[in-house]
Amino acid sequence: MKRIAITTLLAVLITQAVTGQVGRPFIHDPSTIVECDGKYYTFGTGQGGLISEDGWTWYGGGIRPGGGAAPDAMKIGNRYLVVYGATGGGGSHKGAIFTMWNNTLDPKSPNFKYSEPVVVATSDGYEENDAIDPGLMLDPATGRLWLTYGTYFGFIRLVELDPKTGKRVTGNKHVDVAATCEASVLVYRDGWYYMLATHGSCCDGANSTYNVVVGRSKKVTGPYIDNVGRNMLEGGGKMVVATRGGLIGPGHFGHIILEKGVEKMSLHYEADLEQGGRSVLGILPVVWKDGWPVAGEKFKEGTYEIESVRRGYALELAVDLARMAGGPRGFGGQANNEPIKPVPFQELADVSKNWPTGNIGARIGDYMSRPHQKWTITDAPDTTGYLGGPYYKIVLAGTERALAATANGEVITVPNFTGAPEQLWRIDQLTDGTYRIMPKVVPDSDKKLALVSSGDCTPTLAEFDFSSDNSKWNFKVH
Amino acid sequence: MNRKCTFWLPGTAFGVLLALHSCVSTVSAQTPGQQQRPSLPPIPLNGDTTHTLSRHFTPASGVKKVPNEKGFIQRWLVLEPVKKDIARNSILTDSYLRSTFSSDNFSSNYTIVPKNGETVKVGNQELKWYALDSKTFNFNLYHFTYAIDKPRYGILVWLVTVIDSPEEMKNVRMSAGCNSAGMWWLNGQEVLTLSGDRDMIADNVTSQRITLKKGKNIIRGAVINGPGMANFCVRFLDEKGVPIKNLTIGYQ
Repeated sequence: MKRIAITTLLAVLITQAVTGQVGRPFIHDPSTIVECDGKYYTFGTGQGGLISEDGWTWYGGGIRPGGGAAPDAMKIGNRYLVVYGATGGGGSHKGAIFTMWNNTLDPKSPNFKYSEPVVVATSDGYEENDAIDPGLMLDPATGRLWLTYGTYFGFIRLVELDPKTGKRVTGNKHVDVAATCEASVLVYRDGWYYMLATHGSCCDGANSTYNVVVGRSKKVTGPYIDNVGRNMLEGGGKMVVATRGGLIGPGHFGHIILEKGVEKMSLHYEADLEQGGRSVLGILPVVWKDGWPVAGEKFKEGTYEIESVRRGYALELAVDLARMAGGPRGFGGQANNEPIKPVPFQELADVSKNWPTGNIGARIGDYMSRPHQKWTITDAPDTTGYLGGPYYKIVLAGTERALAATANGEVITVPNFTGAPEQLWRIDQLTDGTYRIMPKVVPDSDKKLALVSSGDCTPTLAEFDFSSDNSKWNFKVH
Repeated sequence: MNRKCTFWLPGTAFGVLLALHSCVSTVSAQTPGQQQRPSLPPIPLNGDTTHTLSRHFTPASGVKKVPNEKGFIQRWLVLEPVKKDIARNSILTDSYLRSTFSSDNFSSNYTIVPKNGETVKVGNQELKWYALDSKTFNFNLYHFTYAIDKPRYGILVWLVTVIDSPEEMKNVRMSAGCNSAGMWWLNGQEVLTLSGDRDMIADNVTSQRITLKKGKNIIRGAVINGPGMANFCVRFLDEKGVPIKNLTIGYQ
């Protein structure tokens, strides 16, 4: 009987400091990341915002007038709607939510000009609401535009905006939908409305207790109920993301759908210990588990079996399987008093001398814990990335033999990693918790292809299809 | 942007935007915007802003009250707040709570039931008891202190209620949530501690299995909070976790 101790989730074999984004990703209360003309934008409290060419390295340069706190942003049609809250000062809870439009978020564009902001909600300083911390949702089911706003001071409120004008729908009255939280935003998925909101306290560096929770409802107006039946008006909420490693106090969730099965969340960490305890932008995969969103993991460097979800076979080098020492024993029930000695694992040096020295093909086979089936994946020495991650180098463990895409849409291994773009790999955790693996480029092609299983045993490149297990992979550590 | 950050304490001289900028002093990667616009338009008052208890509470009457439909206890004797200097709720550790609740106490007899309207001394403060029914499932102490025009932040509030159980109930749990921290006693015994920087979340913490005796049971509570909206909710759960509603609640 085979007995393999399998850890189904990621485990780190190479010590790695987990950081948020790179560059100068310093921001507080970021708006949902929005793409505009190939660049990514997010705006924060105060004014201004961050821009990224690739979604991984972020710098200042975003422009959002109006000051105030905790904006949100959304593309509607060909325009961008930006919403932010302003407060009256003096410790009061008097505030107003403003919306404004721009045709582009690129401040260098001649079309960059914000419209005059309009007020869509207020709080008078005494009522049980703070008119700050707005979050937008364009309901894909109805086309209606919803805004939630508020802080711990009383209730989170829901109002409806006109998606054509960004103004409050005439006659619309607010609905209280949650309490004891802030930085709320709605997400629609599969017939459910999800309210994601931030609990805890901010602005105290590594002592901040921010975390993001969720409740859901069949109606946009609520009630929003958590996984144990608590109403968010009673403080309910199921954890989506909390402190992880040196990334302390996540808050201000924003939802980004890249394509079917590939979703991200934007947020900030109150403190990134690796970056001087500063408040930084964070981007994580969204995983949906039993109908609830949870934060996935930014891929962690390590040595793994790369398992095809299709059948459960593993990516391997197309070389001869070398038999291990030892033979069948223990059959027949005869008494055997020989001392029990462990059988050593097959080592790379035992077998690699018999491998070809040039390019070697890749295939998928039954995992046997052999050297030709173990892959070391590390952050590539490349400055570029994609939304939420850097490109990775995938080499056979203990070697520099690298996985590479070919011009004819296949995958091979080359003897040495050179840093060529076809040897760089994007790894996204998918909404079901499995992973997509994509080369940065396919040589002589502009196609965006992913590593897939053709049949059980042939790895190839093809268009990603979330509905097929052929397109999905797991990383296992044994 | 959570206004629990210290900068929101009353008496802070800085404006909100200054406070915001203080809160986010690390945003050096962001660049200045095109222009600053006036932060707020005229905002009319949406309701009654007078200091009155009747907006959120009703005076407890002689009529016995039952828990609400979810078992929450809405009737409490509430003492005017003891002013505390609390910059951040993270200081509300277990040991801080024990020390503070011991020193800033109106009585070390945890089965005493104060009288509505009577005054007691805590330190050098003369404080008055109010018997009130909350109109909501929770008891919002921010609303209480606003209504009586007392400090709303940096406060310790003592609470007492009396529940009448029709029979002995074993293996029940007291369940509470509060902003930010608190302790609860049943018939003189400490049963629940909520330390740290917490939000008012229903069933945030439950006691170990306890017994409600037949007849009167005296609950003492203390809620303490720095910045943020002081608030709490309490109910009892049976051994299956179902809210207990066959109780009556009095204040004497």
